[in-house]
Amino acid sequence: MLQHLLSRCLLPSAAGMGDPTLTILIIEENPVRAAILEDGMREAGYGRIIHVSDMVTVPDKICAIDPDVIVISLENASRDTLEQMFQVSRTVRRPIAMFVDTSDTATIQAAVDAGVSTYVVDGLKKERVRPIIDVTISRFHAFRRLQEELAEAKEALAARKVIERAKGILMKQKNINEDEAYNLLRRAAMSQKRKLFDIAQSVLTTAQLFDEA
Amino acid sequence: MRDNQVMTWEVEPQTRRDARHLPTITLGFIPLTDCAVLAVARERGFAVREGIDLRLSREVSWANIRDKVALGHLHGAQMLAGMPIATTLGINQIPMPMQVPFCLNRNGNAITVSNTLHDAMAQGDGFPAWDDVAAAGRALHRVIAQRQAEGRAPLTFGMVYPFSCHNYELRYWMAASGIDPDNDVRLVVVPPPLMVDSLRDGHIDGFCVGEPWSSVAVEANLGRIIVSKAKLWRHGMEKVVGVPKVWASQNGAVLAALIRALDRAAAWADDPVNCHELATLLAAPEYLGMPEGVVARALCGEILTGSGLEHRAVDDFLVLHRNGANLPSVEHALWIYSQMVRWRQAVRRPGDEAVIRSIFRPDVYRAALAGAAWGPHTMADGPGIEASDELDLFDHRPFDPTNIDAYLA
Repeated sequence: MLQHLLSRCLLPSAAGMGDPTLTILIIEENPVRAAILEDGMREAGYGRIIHVSDMVTVPDKICAIDPDVIVISLENASRDTLEQMFQVSRTVRRPIAMFVDTSDTATIQAAVDAGVSTYVVDGLKKERVRPIIDVTISRFHAFRRLQEELAEAKEALAARKVIERAKGILMKQKNINEDEAYNLLRRAAMSQKRKLFDIAQSVLTTAQLFDEA
Repeated sequence: MRDNQVMTWEVEPQTRRDARHLPTITLGFIPLTDCAVLAVARERGFAVREGIDLRLSREVSWANIRDKVALGHLHGAQMLAGMPIATTLGINQIPMPMQVPFCLNRNGNAITVSNTLHDAMAQGDGFPAWDDVAAAGRALHRVIAQRQAEGRAPLTFGMVYPFSCHNYELRYWMAASGIDPDNDVRLVVVPPPLMVDSLRDGHIDGFCVGEPWSSVAVEANLGRIIVSKAKLWRHGMEKVVGVPKVWASQNGAVLAALIRALDRAAAWADDPVNCHELATLLAAPEYLGMPEGVVARALCGEILTGSGLEHRAVDDFLVLHRNGANLPSVEHALWIYSQMVRWRQAVRRPGDEAVIRSIFRPDVYRAALAGAAWGPHTMADGPGIEASDELDLFDHRPFDPTNIDAYLA
């Protein structure tokens, strides 16, 4: 299912438009989000994309990689660690947080809404950075949709389990078959104008109370 | 901001009013014991009583707080005292003028070292008694010299942010003890929730951090608390409320109401009678999500410095209100600035002192309280109020805020 959802997330993009000379570092602990981001960057034509998932090794890697752009989730607690590295490092060109550059407020707001922060080496022209941020924002949204769909799928699965168990209880208690048990639940749901899941849940709760008594 | 980060609020029945029609202020905070005053202002009804609907948004990093305040996603936030200075001066960021009308707490930090480092420090003569800052510095200096002679890797200390008091406190303590914080040790930023794990995994040998994280390390029997900020930098300004200057000037009445609410909340939170109730409040998942007993240690001034040791009553370990604690201190801010210059974070510019005076605004705090309906403020009650601005570091080296260049020479 994951593969299926992933393929649906990938948005159409103008391939080959990106600037292949830029080095983009993705700091991301979640492998799925990292993969979605990386794919997006490659599709957009960026050649040098490096992904790091372990914050402990980031300082050494940043020195070696010397990235032009760093992409990291807004809610990654290690952003503070990242910012210190730019302070003390004499060997790395200093990237600064995009957010505090208020000259392109719409893009920055969109990035915050998507939950991503970007660090850009001081002096890098805005026209070169903008498309990277756009890709990043769309990929973060794609990941969020993926997460929502997964959560919905999980919820549906859990609901089905509850209904199955309720059916089982009714079959045993009333000595009826599966179809009859299901119809019983459905009729109760219709007459009480409640969801099938809620009725099934009530059956489970009631059965539990009787068991305890 | 996202709704799921805004907590439901509950106030005492007698202060329950319809908050829907009140002006809303949303402040960011980091889950640390010294967010206490913000939590109390909201949960105990002090904000509603002053006519504001105070909402709090829990954040994971100081960088997040800075960015969300800069973009207007938060009206303001709990900030490390150095942050509004760095933001206003534009150090490693686009400058944005900030205002600090309220100090959330004095003291509250501690330096903790691993059990291994503690044992090494204890091997020499005159091992520091608890909270003997100078002796602890000498002991650390001796261990470092020994390690250097043996060709071993430098010790690593964790702190929380480049512009944190923790950074300046560690550096000041080390430098005054003959240790070069840039070359003799490594200083790394570690997010507070990862501090204890980093100590366990041996990535760091010690740290300076706000509570409850030192107590958590002690609880896990991973380290010893050796120094409190109360001794290192007496009554030192720690966390403040920072808001954009533009917002402050456009929302004067609401800001004044916020200051009054926070001041009342601080008086409640600082009363020893309430310390356990406050610990329960802060231990809740929407604030710290930590065991109440660990959270209570700093709040009640009963610090456990090592696993299996006796609780120690530490005077002023965390000060939330008394002795004019909520007054933003210009002198302390200027000292923090001097440390930014000393450690080459900031380039010294002659006009910077005036800029810092424009950020830290004891006059805004006083003016807001002058309009308080509940009569004269307790600020005037304490004998320590006038002395609170006087800078007192453990080595008692005098600081003249009008002559920073001489201080740094």
